[in-house]
Amino acid sequence: MRFPLMIAGVLGLLLASLSPAGAQDLSIDLSAREVAVTVDFAGADVVLFGAADGAGDVIVEVRGPSRAEAVRRKDRVAGIWLNRETMVFDGVPAFYAIAGSRPLPDILTPAARAEAGIGVEHLGLVAPQGVAPAEAEAFRKALIRNNQAAGLFPREAGEVVFPGGRLFRTDIRFPANAAVGPYEVTVHLVRDGRAVDTTRTQLTLSRVGFEAGMYDLAFDHASLYGGLAIIVAVMAGWLANLFFRSRKA
Amino acid sequence: MHLYLPIAEMSVNVFVILGMGGGVGFLSGVFGVGGGFLMTPLLMFIGIPPAIAVATGSNQIVAASVSGVLAHWRRGNVDLKMGLILLVGGIAGSAFGVWLFGFLRGIGQIDVAITLSYVVFLGIIGGLMFVESVRALIRTKRHVRRKQHMHLWIHGLPFKTRFRRSRLYISVLPPVVIGFMVGVLGAIMGVGGGFIMVPAMIYLLGMPTTVVIGTSLFQIIFVMANVTFLQAVQNQTVDIVLALLLLVAAVIGAQFGARAGAKLPGDQLRVLLALIVLVVCGKLGLDLILTPADVYSVWVGGN
Repeated sequence: MRFPLMIAGVLGLLLASLSPAGAQDLSIDLSAREVAVTVDFAGADVVLFGAADGAGDVIVEVRGPSRAEAVRRKDRVAGIWLNRETMVFDGVPAFYAIAGSRPLPDILTPAARAEAGIGVEHLGLVAPQGVAPAEAEAFRKALIRNNQAAGLFPREAGEVVFPGGRLFRTDIRFPANAAVGPYEVTVHLVRDGRAVDTTRTQLTLSRVGFEAGMYDLAFDHASLYGGLAIIVAVMAGWLANLFFRSRKA
Repeated sequence: MHLYLPIAEMSVNVFVILGMGGGVGFLSGVFGVGGGFLMTPLLMFIGIPPAIAVATGSNQIVAASVSGVLAHWRRGNVDLKMGLILLVGGIAGSAFGVWLFGFLRGIGQIDVAITLSYVVFLGIIGGLMFVESVRALIRTKRHVRRKQHMHLWIHGLPFKTRFRRSRLYISVLPPVVIGFMVGVLGAIMGVGGGFIMVPAMIYLLGMPTTVVIGTSLFQIIFVMANVTFLQAVQNQTVDIVLALLLLVAAVIGAQFGARAGAKLPGDQLRVLLALIVLVVCGKLGLDLILTPADVYSVWVGGN
């Protein structure tokens, strides 16, 4: 299902790039705008394809919905490891992945990446005010490390490939633990160590069907959900007893 | 085959969950225990967040207890009056427990509180069971006479009432207090608390063993239903899909376990159960004292 979609998309892009009106250097599209979190959701792949006008490297960033995340540090208290210090970071993307047509250090210098805010180190994760800089840095690093370990900030940069001419594509992999919400895909065209064009597009990860029903019930109608949980349990216990009793008899 | 859990927000292998539910159900059938004290730690071991493991475990226990109590009810082995009085304490205790749970979650200490409760209680119960069962194995069956009417401090308490089915005339205070404590544990640990309730009923209240299990199961249903409801409303930690998978597998496993248990030698079985409990306790204990791989952890939502 993905492949024909892609062909259609690429054809569309080709037509678009042929028209003289396109002053932009980059045009992009996604194989899907909606990723459905269904009962059998175990992660998803979305293909990004595009066309670049002229030579240059391409960097793709995928940023999940931003949210507050607390980092806690354990300390040993009476022989037991307990959470002690807490630092809350606002505006943390729930997901951050990056892909490049070559290894990132070969495309952009660290200074250029910092300036453009590209890469996990330049997400603008700021610790609350009044925290000692060394402490803030330790917590910020821990935040990144933990999200990398959870697969939410993939350590490995993805690959942007040019299958021929100015057309490029990359696979965006969303892990099973990716949060629902709006995702922003940012594509940079880099020439001579400088981003010459940047374009953005969105996609949404959303619960659908049963998953959406259960989640909404649990959070918006919690007492109904609690009651349902009890009824299901009582029925199951009663049915099991009934079934096994009739078999014994 | 993978399934996405709507509240835990993670993808799990259905067969792992069914296998765990069936396995714990089988053991609970063999040993005549609830199994919550094994189910919750196992869920935590496969990566279900502790808060969700505990609350979902409570829901599963409702099913297991309903399935178990019916047989006792038919034989008249439920002391309804005692059950209701235990329930008064149990409802209050579980409400307090769920509140405490939410509070500990808010300050980021719920994981350690759950683990610590498990280590303490599994350690005590497993240790006692092990010593007792090994002693029973070594000793040839000697007839131990139990005093029918022990006069403990408990009998001096006011508000005495008659429990006809248990053939007791005691104060209502001890059952209320026991119910309360077991209710708190049920909320924090996601266990029915039969492993505390049953010995307390026999040794503290002096109830006859015939009505102990049925009465304990009877009140567990309502206490754990209350825990499920309150966890769902206050903490949104009950995953109905996970609970359904677990309880279907567990009630089936329990039926086979009960049949297998009737054919197996009881004393060896109790040593085995004690060892299982001690291993789970040891694993959880190590998690508390060993230096974690990363002393930092990330909690979504800023708390």
